Amino acid sequence: MLRTASWPRWGRTLLARGLGSRRGGSAPDQNGKVSEIKKKIQSVLPGGAWNPLYDTSYLPPEHSDVVIVGGGVIGLSVAYWLKRLEKPRGAIRVLVVERDHTYSRASTVLSVGGIRQQFSVPENIQLSLFSIEFLRNINEYLAVVDDPPLDIQFNPSGYLLLASEKGAALMESNVKVQRQEGAKVCLMSPEQLRNKFPWINTEGVALASYGMEHEGWFDPWCLLQGLRRKVQSMGVLFCHGEVTRFISSSNHMETRSGEELTLKRIHEVHVKVDHSLEYQPVECAIVINAAGAWSGQIAQLAGIGKGPPGTLQGTKLPVEPRKRYVYVWHCPQGPGLETPFVIDPSGVYFRREGLGNNYLGGCSPTEEEEPDPGNLEVDHDFFQDKVWPSLAQRVPAFETLKARSSWAGYYDYNTFDQNGVVGPHPLVINMYFATGFSGHGLQQAPAVGRAVAEMVLQGHFQTIDLSPFLFSRFYLGEKVQEHNIV
Amino acid sequence: MAAPRAPLHLVAPRWNAGTRGIRGLSRAAAPEGNQKKGRSLLQFLADRFYDVQALREYLLRKQAWKMHQKNRPFTYIRERYGPYAAGAYFILKLGGAVKFQGKEWIRSNARGHFSLDFLKLQTVPVEAVDASGCAVNYQGLDSLLALKELQVLWLQRCPHVDDWCLSRLHPLASSLQELSLAGCPKISERGLACLHHLQNLRKLDISDLPAVSNPGLTQILVEEMLPDCKVVGADWARGLKVGQEEQYQDITSPIPA
Repeated sequence: MLRTASWPRWGRTLLARGLGSRRGGSAPDQNGKVSEIKKKIQSVLPGGAWNPLYDTSYLPPEHSDVVIVGGGVIGLSVAYWLKRLEKPRGAIRVLVVERDHTYSRASTVLSVGGIRQQFSVPENIQLSLFSIEFLRNINEYLAVVDDPPLDIQFNPSGYLLLASEKGAALMESNVKVQRQEGAKVCLMSPEQLRNKFPWINTEGVALASYGMEHEGWFDPWCLLQGLRRKVQSMGVLFCHGEVTRFISSSNHMETRSGEELTLKRIHEVHVKVDHSLEYQPVECAIVINAAGAWSGQIAQLAGIGKGPPGTLQGTKLPVEPRKRYVYVWHCPQGPGLETPFVIDPSGVYFRREGLGNNYLGGCSPTEEEEPDPGNLEVDHDFFQDKVWPSLAQRVPAFETLKARSSWAGYYDYNTFDQNGVVGPHPLVINMYFATGFSGHGLQQAPAVGRAVAEMVLQGHFQTIDLSPFLFSRFYLGEKVQEHNIV
Repeated sequence: MAAPRAPLHLVAPRWNAGTRGIRGLSRAAAPEGNQKKGRSLLQFLADRFYDVQALREYLLRKQAWKMHQKNRPFTYIRERYGPYAAGAYFILKLGGAVKFQGKEWIRSNARGHFSLDFLKLQTVPVEAVDASGCAVNYQGLDSLLALKELQVLWLQRCPHVDDWCLSRLHPLASSLQELSLAGCPKISERGLACLHHLQNLRKLDISDLPAVSNPGLTQILVEEMLPDCKVVGADWARGLKVGQEEQYQDITSPIPA
């Protein structure tokens, strides 16, 4: 150890002297050269990456067991659970490929950050219940020794869903399912609603369901950073690049009924470096598609959907980006500290933000009014025409509000049934999906990560059975329709 | 949420210092004082040897397990002697005090021992609980929430009571009249927002909460939220600046022609 510790110093001074005598360079130039040579020597010594010709530290490794396309909350959650559930420790090399390390267009950080159990599909409720338990014990799950504990700034204020006459029966049956799964939801009549929240105008409201516990909103950026930090400490590799190609091999097989099938297996993922034509082929065993709004493109690269429509080969992944706006406004006479996350029957939602009488909210546009998802520009007329009237009708205090700011983000919208796609593809056998959550991905991320990790490591779902969310439902036409989508 | 958050708050925002950047949370803790040398040696060793790292992770997990053990549910006592006795036993075990209806306060002595006479009172409800400084956490609240006729709950200086615990207090809404949260380090204004379920609350103490970003404003908002309750806490005038008097003086002085 002594020898190796002293050798670089000795070698460095020799070389430095040599360079100095050859070039007669000035002092700063010499220092730059010295540090370069120091790096080169350190790379030669055991423990360094051997790259004598040029620095390749920005490229991903050449081999990786699992490649996760997409470094948002879903991708990092899958990486975390893969590392946590693997046996033995350190058995799997996981690589997370993220194209934008500033997360400027990622749905995770642009999200409003709500979490609720008020869904109609039991699997969604279970996913959300596990996720809230994960968030509550986040400092046990994501603890890194010597780093400060995480504070996700959770507001346990609950969700208040309002229903008109038409939707009241559906809401009652939904609440029954939610209570069965263990959610703490109570039903309120318009009179009780007026007593509890006097700032609400209950005209047109027949029934309301109010989540008492385990619902609210939190800071998604903090969850993302916590996951990133923990996942790095567990040894997951990160790469800043874009997936441009999959190299795969095909196997032609015949089913028992004589039908011909082509099973594909991805062997290599080509990761292209930013602002350059350089790419690195990464040999991998499993690819996980957690690319959010752009999962459809990744699926197309893998050849999913190339075939006559109506067949399994021709079934595309029906996930596309949809732009959604969030507006922030200030209303000095608005609802107070007890304001829950309110969702109107018209689809308009809002919640309190901070202590200064600020609120944020928005509305999902109808199919005909869908904005162009090419950019993240905000349409302020949408607030004037669609959001504000409904807000003012529901909360009279919002008639005098002042819009402060706004932003837009993408939903990874599943056009088939607005629920997530989880699990392997039937034909491309080593591509797993974890995408298509249409606006409720953040609140299900910890549970979905665990489900995908179980699928990858054990071949089946163990804790929460997400078989209704497999890809094959697109071919079979089995919709798992979620009624409470915002 | 990226940039849009910045110009939005009228109230000074408070979020995790240094989490804006990608590397914001890495090694942000600066150990101070005498522990610095010991801590950094351990950190040095943990970065280089798997054994030391595993040992440190084991010690962390052991701490969490100890907390878990302290807050375990006493199901045998609950089944045999009823929920009131189980709740009382839980509090006394943690070092707090319990008052049954019509009886005196029962407290454990300096060594942590207490008499088990209360186990005979199976149908007498618990009226008041003093859990000041006890290590009650979210899980331990199970035992407290079974006390349906609880009227007074003191959670002063509890180190593990946080916003999640406050959101759990709503089953006591029909009976709880006095609640004290003074000095709890983990409670913030977000948890105080879910106290509006407690409609029978008449006395609430929210003084000295270090995690609340704006104590004066929070006091006003909580008072508005619970109109029938007397809220004792930060003096709301404390946040106002003295400069307001100077402003009035300027108005009264004659405008130069």
